Amino acid sequence: MSDTPIDRVAKATPPSVAGKIRGLSDRTIAWLFVAPTIFLLLAVNIFPLMWTINLSFTNFRANRPNREVDYVGLRNYERILTDGDIWLTMQATAHFLFWTIVLQVLIGFALAWLINRKFKGNDLWTTLIVLPMMLSPAVVGNFWTFLYQPQIGLFNYGISFLTEADPSSFQMIGDVALAPWSIVIVDTWMWTPFVMLICLAGLRSIPDYIYEAAEIDRASKWRQFWTITVPMVLPFLMLAVLFRGIENFKMFDLVVQLTGGGPGSVTELTSINLKREAFEKWRTGYASAYAIILFVTVFGLASIYVKALNKVKER
Amino acid sequence: MKYAKLLAATALVASSGLAVPRAQADDLTLCWAAWDPANALVELSKEFEAEYGHTMNFEFVPWPNFADRMLNELNSGGKLCDLLIGDSQWIGGGAENGHYVKLNDFFDKEGISMDDFAAATVYAYSTWPKGTPNYYALPAMGDANGWFYRKDWFEKPEIQAAFKEKHGRDLTPPKTQAELLEVAQFFQEREIDGQKRYGAAIFTERGSEGITMGATSSMYPFGFKYEMTPGKYDMEGAVNSPEAVAGLEFYKELYKTATPPGYTDSYMEQSLDAFKSGQVAMAMNWFAFFPGLYADPDVGGEKIGFFVNPGQNVEASTLGGQGISVISYSDKRDAALEYVKWFAQPSVQKKWWDLGGYSCHVSVLNDPGFADSAPFASDFLLAMDNVKDFWQEPAYAELLLAMQKRLHDYVVADVGTAKEALDKLIEDWNETFEDEGKL
Repeated sequence: MSDTPIDRVAKATPPSVAGKIRGLSDRTIAWLFVAPTIFLLLAVNIFPLMWTINLSFTNFRANRPNREVDYVGLRNYERILTDGDIWLTMQATAHFLFWTIVLQVLIGFALAWLINRKFKGNDLWTTLIVLPMMLSPAVVGNFWTFLYQPQIGLFNYGISFLTEADPSSFQMIGDVALAPWSIVIVDTWMWTPFVMLICLAGLRSIPDYIYEAAEIDRASKWRQFWTITVPMVLPFLMLAVLFRGIENFKMFDLVVQLTGGGPGSVTELTSINLKREAFEKWRTGYASAYAIILFVTVFGLASIYVKALNKVKER
Repeated sequence: MKYAKLLAATALVASSGLAVPRAQADDLTLCWAAWDPANALVELSKEFEAEYGHTMNFEFVPWPNFADRMLNELNSGGKLCDLLIGDSQWIGGGAENGHYVKLNDFFDKEGISMDDFAAATVYAYSTWPKGTPNYYALPAMGDANGWFYRKDWFEKPEIQAAFKEKHGRDLTPPKTQAELLEVAQFFQEREIDGQKRYGAAIFTERGSEGITMGATSSMYPFGFKYEMTPGKYDMEGAVNSPEAVAGLEFYKELYKTATPPGYTDSYMEQSLDAFKSGQVAMAMNWFAFFPGLYADPDVGGEKIGFFVNPGQNVEASTLGGQGISVISYSDKRDAALEYVKWFAQPSVQKKWWDLGGYSCHVSVLNDPGFADSAPFASDFLLAMDNVKDFWQEPAYAELLLAMQKRLHDYVVADVGTAKEALDKLIEDWNETFEDEGKL
């Protein structure tokens, strides 16, 4: 009988080293295996987080490394939480987050439900629908600025065709009322396929025999949808919401390319605002406090959400 | 014979020393914005390469990213640039943060006198603290915000007649801000050669400096000032003075009533596009672009005219332009200084103007033929006589972003009134100056 790889390693290990290893407890060996990962985690995640927390209590500016750094206590946090402009960016983010998720879930689920049915050209349609999410957000943002262009943009001409309004009579990215919707539309166009794919996985995971049993019980299609399809797809849907929620909370590239945060500040999402504070104004201490507030918000909301998700899964 | 050989050898050594000033040839990198004058500088610098033996490399960054890219480079102590033609507002930060080499000793040693450069450009591009004889740059590229217009449209008899009928005067390039608005509104949505045209392309860009540079071109002529007392940071009554409010309200009216649809985030490129595509009758932009516009086969030559930013209560133009600085982190400081020395020569400055760069050297500007050397040259001189610049403080980026936000909120996004926008701007700036320890 030939040796297993473990046997070969054991034989190849010098007796002195083997002796030392034999003297180690299982717990120590486990720590040795885990140590590199823990070290990396500390270096890449925990240390920067601690350092950011430390900076958030100072007036440090990264562009003035020679300037004296003072501890300012909670002043940065106080300034952020009492700044009306920052609350406006929070509102803009909430609007973006809420509507993109609602639209993507509704449209994504509807598309998945349609694609899940067997019809000719199913694979081709799936590929076509999925295409937008394969593009770079910066590219998408850039070309949608052309689509939204009031004088030559296809979007305006499309709306004009449907409503008979003059194409240049409205500006999607230049109008205060329409600009927040312009970014919602583009993000929905780009990321609905992602939600669709997750929903599709959920739909395809439902065994046929459940529907067959429901048919035998003479349950209507409507009842089957609400009592079988929706509950069984719900964990997948919630996962999609979690992914999209986290992604859109930190949305930056697409919106910067599309509106640059304007007009005024109506589409200035928190990530854009934070970038301006940190890397344009170079208020590093202030921006660190801002980042910590956002981190706590996302972490807190995500934790609550994950608990809810687990409960849904347990049902 | 021996004596003659010795003489010949000495002459050879001396002449070779003159021909090659440095034993070692360096690879120098000059950083600047990517725009027309940068191409002229590449051409000009070939003479430096031939004369000194150094190789010139160039890092040109598009304007919207120029400040971000270069300030990050400086703040990180990067060695990418040996020479930087940095924006005028960076001089405070460049000097105080140790990014730029102080050039006083070098100027003294090489006999470069700041009196040989236009006083306004020395003040704006070279000195920190402002107006003191502490030089961190050599004036390299004079610039100001000016205007150009479709001369061929202005000269059309039917247009002239329509304007005269409406306003009771001849249609001419505007002399005041009020006339500017009148002319721009006249052209707004007017059909010319079978197409709908618009009044003016102006700066409304939000991300970098666009709307500030555009709006101040109206606000300065109305009387906008940064401080009541220069150097005291007493902004109340200056930044939000009735004249400043009127200037900002004027700019909003210009934007709302006389610009093409969709120009809510436009700066240099968009202004040029609007003009070159025949959308607008007039456009604002930096003088730096004027040589290229004049040479444009479609809208240049006889079709284009230029005028200085119109005054209102005072004559004033928003300052552009840059000085050339030696980066303190460069390992090739001597070679970089040689470039500055070479660039400061009157003969090089003359070629610089001929190639399309805007020299600040008095020998060029005071030349009797200068005003007639290009159709925009006399306007450039007028503009440079009355330029006003944004804060040049080390915290300039923070000050600028605050103004960008307040102006864009008011002008484009219709948030509040002009007075409220300027009041909030004072609050922002006070906060910054308090953080800076200046208030």
